[in-house]
Amino acid sequence: MIEIKGLSKTYGDFKALDNINIKLEEGTVFGFVGANGAGKSTMFLILATLLQPSSGEIFINGINLREKPSEIRKMIGYMPDFFGVYDQLKTSEYLDFYGASYGISATDRKKMIPQLLELVNLTDKQDAYVDLLSRGMKQRLCLARSLIHDPKVLILDEPASGLDPRARIEMRNILKTLKEMGKTILISSHILPELAEMCDEIGVIDGGRLVAHGSVKDIQARLKGEKLITVRLAIITQDLISFFEENPFIANIKQEEKERTISFSYTGSEENQINLLKQAMLKDIPILSFTEHVTNLEDVFMEITKGVD
Amino acid sequence: MKWNFNNPVLSKELKLRFRSGKSFGSILIYLIVMCIFVFGFIFTMMSVNETSYFRPSESLLLFSLLSFIQLGLVLFIAPGLTAGVISTEREKQTLPILLTTSQSSFQIITGKLFSSLAFLLLLIVAALPIYSLVFLFGGISPVDFGLVFLFLFVTLFAIGSMGVMFSTLIRRTIVSMIVTYGTMLFLTIVSGFLFLIVLQLQNLGTGTAVVEPSLFGHVLASINPAILMASLLSPEVDNVIFEMTSIRFPIWAGYVIFYVLLAVVSLFIAVKKLRVNMK
Repeated sequence: MIEIKGLSKTYGDFKALDNINIKLEEGTVFGFVGANGAGKSTMFLILATLLQPSSGEIFINGINLREKPSEIRKMIGYMPDFFGVYDQLKTSEYLDFYGASYGISATDRKKMIPQLLELVNLTDKQDAYVDLLSRGMKQRLCLARSLIHDPKVLILDEPASGLDPRARIEMRNILKTLKEMGKTILISSHILPELAEMCDEIGVIDGGRLVAHGSVKDIQARLKGEKLITVRLAIITQDLISFFEENPFIANIKQEEKERTISFSYTGSEENQINLLKQAMLKDIPILSFTEHVTNLEDVFMEITKGVD
Repeated sequence: MKWNFNNPVLSKELKLRFRSGKSFGSILIYLIVMCIFVFGFIFTMMSVNETSYFRPSESLLLFSLLSFIQLGLVLFIAPGLTAGVISTEREKQTLPILLTTSQSSFQIITGKLFSSLAFLLLLIVAALPIYSLVFLFGGISPVDFGLVFLFLFVTLFAIGSMGVMFSTLIRRTIVSMIVTYGTMLFLTIVSGFLFLIVLQLQNLGTGTAVVEPSLFGHVLASINPAILMASLLSPEVDNVIFEMTSIRFPIWAGYVIFYVLLAVVSLFIAVKKLRVNMK
């Protein structure tokens, strides 16, 4: 569906994007993670045909973005991180204007606008002036606007930025609905756990380079191949601790006397992990629980980007 | 470039322009000023001449003054209405979204241009009943009337196109306004002064009564709206320009060629520069 080959963007000596390569299948929700100035918005501006790349190619549905930008515009719905609205235009008129801008007939627009307003929970605001809507409502309206021509690809740059927790949850629910509708979505966000929850794949971008790309689980696993495991025991003795210390895949053992738990980082494979549990059972170690902690996306991001120049 | 009569930008801009009371207020003020001027002129002339009627020759004078007022209106309002059409969208952060729609750059540019010019045309058309008072007193033919309006439209279109071009090329509205007004002042005032200076310099020291042909002088006269308006109102002006430049080429023809070319080139640049070239 989307293929990005060797994409670079330079401003003089500064490399905003450096040799980005991504291939996404139809229906994928791809999250871009990166600090401010990492290159996320530059990437999205190029995908939205608003910025010329310095080198590289982008294909959406097999169509070259450089050669047929007008064809690409029909296939994408773009929501920028910052955007303005027209004063003195009502919500339904706002959508009607953009519908007409995509060449949708007046009859079809009349049918579509109430459906879109319902999707973004703005039905009761259809006669309200756009500039009087709250930030969250404007964000949802902009999302509805990006859907007016039923695009196959959605490019959403920080759609939840500046929203209060309630508005953020509402936005997340709408995005889940869009995912269920089979849209290919490229999304960037500072709210990293939200991306982990809804994305099939993520790309970590830092200094214009794609430093990691894959499913959230893959990237977490690739992160030094290390897991954090906590074992709760009925009783903690030195013999029990020695059992764990002797295992070659275990390091950084910490014990909590009160909680009767020991935590350690584990670098072994899943098979090694099964063997560890088997040996513990054979030695009658009184294990009450054995928990593997999932590293959150913030940790992944911090870990991946800390070694990048 | 595809021409589409169903232009969403044009429809939206017209809707927004007439949604606020500001536009209607502007028309009202303009018409009141025109009425005061016309009736003031008529009463002043009757009082000066101590007559109870208005002479056809005075009617021509009134028509000339009204035409120059309309020209001033076009020259000073057109840049203000058009020099911010694209840069304002950019400043209000509505342009990126507009540029990702399926509308062609030509549609967006012409939609913006015609919505601005439509308002100015409305002002001119709204003033027609006041203008037509001159017919009551005779001395003016409908052809003179039509020519003046055609000339105003060409000027309006060219200055407006230039404003849209600067608005597309220059990021900030205030800078775009300054550049557009600067260019307009060059075309209207500076070109007039240059015309006189060029002719003076050319004939300086010749010592003969024979005037050397001055192509540059004729070009300067041809691009000056005030000179053209004067030549339309008084055909003798054409002969005076011929005597000064020794080039017999109608002023109006030079004017139309220059301003139509200016409009076409401005629109072409605006359309080309609105979106980034992806190649």
